Amino acid sequence: MSSQKEQRPVAGNRGYIRQKKERTIDIVSRRLAQRYRKEKRFKLYGLFSIILSTVFLAVLLTSIVSNGYSAFFQTYIKLDVTLESTMLDRENLGKSDFQGIIKQSITKLYPEVADRKSKRELYALFSSGAAFQLRETVMKNPGLVGKTIPYWVPADDDVDMLMKGHSKRGVPENERRLDDRQLGWIDKLVDQNRIEKKFNVTFFTAGDSREPELAGIWGAVKGSFFTLLVTLALSFPIGIAAAVYLEEFAPKNLATDFIEVNINNLAAVPSIVFGLLGLAVFLNFFGMPRSTSLVGGLVLMLMTLPTIIIASRAALKAVPPSIREAALGVGSSKMQMVSNHVLPLALPGMLTGTIIGMAQALGETAPLLMIGMVAFIVDIPGGFTDPAAVMPVQIYLWADSPERAFLERTSAAIMVLLAFLIMMNAVAVIMRRRFEKRW
Amino acid sequence: MQDVLKKKSMEKRILAPRDSRETIGNINVPNPRMVCRNVNVYYDDKQAIRNVSIDIGSNEVLAMIGPSGCGKSTFLRCLNRMNDTIESCRVNGQIFFDGSNIYDPSVDVVPLRAQIGMVFQKPNPFPKSIYENVSWAPIIHGLVETKADADEIVETSLHKAGLWDEVKDRLGQPGTGLSGGQQQRLCIARAIAVSPEVILMDEPCSALDPIATAKIEDLIDELREQYTIVIVTHSMQQASRVSQRTAFFHLGDLIEVGSTGTVFTKPSHQLTEDYITGRYG
Repeated sequence: MSSQKEQRPVAGNRGYIRQKKERTIDIVSRRLAQRYRKEKRFKLYGLFSIILSTVFLAVLLTSIVSNGYSAFFQTYIKLDVTLESTMLDRENLGKSDFQGIIKQSITKLYPEVADRKSKRELYALFSSGAAFQLRETVMKNPGLVGKTIPYWVPADDDVDMLMKGHSKRGVPENERRLDDRQLGWIDKLVDQNRIEKKFNVTFFTAGDSREPELAGIWGAVKGSFFTLLVTLALSFPIGIAAAVYLEEFAPKNLATDFIEVNINNLAAVPSIVFGLLGLAVFLNFFGMPRSTSLVGGLVLMLMTLPTIIIASRAALKAVPPSIREAALGVGSSKMQMVSNHVLPLALPGMLTGTIIGMAQALGETAPLLMIGMVAFIVDIPGGFTDPAAVMPVQIYLWADSPERAFLERTSAAIMVLLAFLIMMNAVAVIMRRRFEKRW
Repeated sequence: MQDVLKKKSMEKRILAPRDSRETIGNINVPNPRMVCRNVNVYYDDKQAIRNVSIDIGSNEVLAMIGPSGCGKSTFLRCLNRMNDTIESCRVNGQIFFDGSNIYDPSVDVVPLRAQIGMVFQKPNPFPKSIYENVSWAPIIHGLVETKADADEIVETSLHKAGLWDEVKDRLGQPGTGLSGGQQQRLCIARAIAVSPEVILMDEPCSALDPIATAKIEDLIDELREQYTIVIVTHSMQQASRVSQRTAFFHLGDLIEVGSTGTVFTKPSHQLTEDYITGRYG
């Protein structure tokens, strides 16, 4: 099937080439060095930006870790607690005066401290939560009544900061949180080997507290978990259904164009606006309980939906049309084509979009402030309708607190948040791998 | 005018002039499987097919040839309404299959496409196993009830497509892992798995090497006993090898149609003669 062009005499063309004095190779090689220089320069730009971002990331992580790692340890003080049966009502252990027992044990260590004011200063070295912890220990093990046990109680955050070296002894007394007398008492504890840094279990098991040494991230972790569960359970199916409908079934007309534009716009709407929407609709109109994971999840669902829809539509668009034609060509219905062939191929991309949306939701604070999730919540949420905090809000609250000990807990909470995020991403990557393996 | 031209061409083989757009040759066949009348296809405002009328006979291979952009693929895709998937495409005219116009609003494309299968230019197996590629269509149409039925359909279809011996030991492996020629035969197996009445082939060998092409051409010849086949091809050798009738398209017009022997040896239209002698294409 030779074409007419080939049959046409080409002598004219040859003449033109011969007229040129230079050979192509000369012209090419002259510019070659310049071309390679350009390529090299471009590679350098890329390398530079990667190095720069790596440095920033390293600085960020170093500062977080160096600030926060000490929060994973907590100073504890050993007391010899005498659980006198006179002070404990065996029938009603919970109502006993554990505060008094702790105070008794403390004064036993410092018999020289007698007046009220000094005693109050002395008690301030110990966490106010010590009595609650002792109560729990005794309730769990009533056999201890009548015995004297060595008992580790958490030190107050001021002592903790001193032991960790975050607050200095050298500064003038009136600028210190602890006065000279208190320092002397602490030195006595050190001499008696009664003070020790231990792994801070409380941080991983407790909810928020006004006292840094009693505050933990677990409440916020559970709050985030419940909130994201609601978000995922709603936004993933709704987002994918919307994307599939818009991409595969919806007629292309003005109405769908309008919807498409609006979805794209919604993805760029500041997140606090979604919070206002949630406040108006979920709290005020539907009367849902405020500060709960349920409402938080709903608000975050509104926020993540556009992201998921846009990513899912892109994933659907990327499925080669030949697959659709193949399916339609054997007489499949559109639904069968989509569910059997298009969706499995688009699922990895959809999952990527979902995980981006969920990561966004995990780090979101602003919309949750509007629906009351910024409240100070000590209890660990047990379900979707319990008042809860989420991790970023917890970080925000702690960062706002004046106590020095909350500073390191802020950084530690950020580390927990990042770990949570990495775990979520890992799950998504594993799931994506699994789906991609189906070719 | 057609008759006049025909007579002339029979006498001294005077060819119809290049600017004549009337269809030359007998578009009718006895006992046609599909009947197309005055089919026009538009992409937006651009007309891609003009007033094409042609019969497609039972158990024949009809080859559609013509230069690129002549509309032969477009016309082929009208025959099982694959053009429906193209947003801007509009079709009018009538295409009768089993006595009813397939463009009638009451006609459902799902059963239609189950009866008129298609093999595409680029092999497009599903990204699933060889077995699933063949068994999927019978399953969704409810042609099989048991695993044994499905096994049987997969085996016979692959046998008919001449692929069984090559893949029988690896039915669980992905269809996309086969060679190009094998993939295309897998697509043919997939098309015949639902026992269609007509198979449309859109340049099925254009992405294949000569050996794979020869295998597919042999296959087409065998399939003709059971199916009606319409094949679009760029290779005139292929058209002359596999087809009984040939239709020549040019810029949206059906220029000439006739038995393959006549069209290739004694064309009646100047454009046909130019094309088959390789003066353009």
